[in-house]
Amino acid sequence: MSLAKLNMVQAINLALHQEMEKDPTVLVMGEDVGVDGGVFRVTEGLINKFGSDRVIDTPLAESGIVGTAIGMAVSGLKPVAEIQFEGFSYMTIDQLAAHASRIRYRSRGTYHCPLVIRAPYGGGVRALEHHSEAVSTFYIHIPGLKVVIPSSPYDAKGLLISSIRDPDPVFFFEPKKLYRAFKEEVPEGEYTIPLGTGKKLTEGEDLTLIAWGAMVRVCQEAMEQVKDLSVELIDLRTLSPLDDGVIIDSVKKTGRAVIVHEEPRTLGLGAEIIARINEKALLSLEAPVKRVTGFDIPVPLPKLEDYYLPDAARVADAIKEVAAF
Amino acid sequence: MPRQKIVDMSVDWLSILDPEGNVDKNLEPDLDKGTLEKFYRTMVLTRMFDDKALKLQRQGRMLTYGSSLGQEATAVGSAFAMKPDDWFFPAFREHGVQIARGIPLKLLYIYWMGSEDANLTLPQKNFTVAIPVSTQVLHAVGAAWAAKLQKQSTASIVYFGDGATSEGDFHEGMNFAGVFKTPTVFICQNNQYAISLPREKQTASKTLAQKALAYGFEGIQVDGNDVLAVYSETLAALEKARSGGGPTMIECVTYRMGAHTTSDDPTKYRKAAEVEEWRKKDPIKRLRMYLEKKGIWDQGREDTLIKEITGEIEKAVEEAESYKPPIENMFKYVYAEMPQHLKEQMDELQGFISKKKGE
Repeated sequence: MSLAKLNMVQAINLALHQEMEKDPTVLVMGEDVGVDGGVFRVTEGLINKFGSDRVIDTPLAESGIVGTAIGMAVSGLKPVAEIQFEGFSYMTIDQLAAHASRIRYRSRGTYHCPLVIRAPYGGGVRALEHHSEAVSTFYIHIPGLKVVIPSSPYDAKGLLISSIRDPDPVFFFEPKKLYRAFKEEVPEGEYTIPLGTGKKLTEGEDLTLIAWGAMVRVCQEAMEQVKDLSVELIDLRTLSPLDDGVIIDSVKKTGRAVIVHEEPRTLGLGAEIIARINEKALLSLEAPVKRVTGFDIPVPLPKLEDYYLPDAARVADAIKEVAAF
Repeated sequence: MPRQKIVDMSVDWLSILDPEGNVDKNLEPDLDKGTLEKFYRTMVLTRMFDDKALKLQRQGRMLTYGSSLGQEATAVGSAFAMKPDDWFFPAFREHGVQIARGIPLKLLYIYWMGSEDANLTLPQKNFTVAIPVSTQVLHAVGAAWAAKLQKQSTASIVYFGDGATSEGDFHEGMNFAGVFKTPTVFICQNNQYAISLPREKQTASKTLAQKALAYGFEGIQVDGNDVLAVYSETLAALEKARSGGGPTMIECVTYRMGAHTTSDDPTKYRKAAEVEEWRKKDPIKRLRMYLEKKGIWDQGREDTLIKEITGEIEKAVEEAESYKPPIENMFKYVYAEMPQHLKEQMDELQGFISKKKGE
């Protein structure tokens, strides 16, 4: 398979092109996704290729986008709906929690809802209020909804293709800080990465480091600062359903863990990961598990944002602390 | 550059059958005897279905229940205007539509007795009950939009109440329908109250139907207790939708004769005299008078019908009450494939149940 050096925006765009080409029921809808190509240019070029019946510029209404996409999904289409920024996704929670996530359950399989919601998320881009948030926690708490966050162009393409082909609703969050942060080799042909599987990025013996999305890069930078330690880095890739197998196996081996997330701390996925470690690997622990996370405050505007977001220094500090315990 | 009127809109009112069963000959739809009998039978069945449900609820055999007493013409008239492959999106008071669409009584009772398993064999194109107010409006617009994109000549029809017209999803749905000209028929069951809030406190608009005009399509008000008016208007709106004419909103002016649900007492928020006024406009009574005037109904036929329906309902209740949902269905339908954590949680529950049985 031939490879191209792509950034995450290009990789996602390629995935959308290929899935729309392959499956005539796939369509893209959202605010400014057509003529404008999306505010981050993720959907660029789609409308020229597939027309305005399959790349739909919708009125400005997030609940309307998701609610009508639900009606399409139960009628045999596969909508990929874009929410322009994560901070405007709150309006979708009612339709997702009250309907999309429970159509299969409530109808006992008579209907299902193969819908993908895409939204950029996260901080570090010096943006306005509501444009720098990490909101996955809300969606992880909705049974029946899957939550996926890639950390690289390669994963973004494979995970998005899997999300589109998944028979259940998926919220696909894209770390906007990584949209153009780096390029890597991405196969030009189609490929999938199974949902619900985490990935070990490095093998290590001393400590397990768990992250997803933009924080994976931060963890990799932190590991440069603790080269004397052998750290096993896990990228969860899917937050719900959670692949706790990869975490538990690793913690049983290392006995120590640090969890890094941008989302606020209380009830963030880190809390659940610690609970699972306690249930399944408590006796392997050599030290309390530590979290490096966003604080339980609204994300501050850019003047103070850097204090909010976990960075390599904070992560390295936590790694040293847990390793030395 | 004068100041001038640039938008001039109006809303029609349609009534064909008056409360005494007199028909407007110019508007009377051409329906054969069998069809009229089917309308009448389904309306009576709906009323008796509701009545039985209320009794069962009082005995602790049903969940909280919202009766459709008084609204049977709106439900049945609109339902019989649909084709089987038109999508139907209910709110939670559309028992009459569900019955007319052929959903077995047993399944309706199983649902209101407290099990989603009722929907295991739900006939296609009938969506599940929506409890959150107005959320289903968007689904109906999406389903109609899908039909349009897939070049199918089917429509969708969605039900909601007067209260729903204050919700955001109603307005977003109406707006999308107008912009994309989706083949959707919006049936507003204006039954005058949203639990305790009267219609005039819901909106300052003179009619609910006029909201459609703001979204660029037709809104009409019909006598919701007149099955012929509801049927005729819904039939026309569905035909318009299927042939590319876009959406229509039909405001059916009716009255909720009973409580919002078994959990409230309507005497707290409305006067007995008002209820009595509406009792005179009863939809079933007026259809019966019409049928009697046409010579196709009499007391003998009425007695036979009541006996027949009573038997059907008793049988459905008995079957519904004997249904025991398997515990694994709680876990089985959350995702297409059960994820590991749900397998673990299901095993935990079943292990606990077996342990308790063993004690």
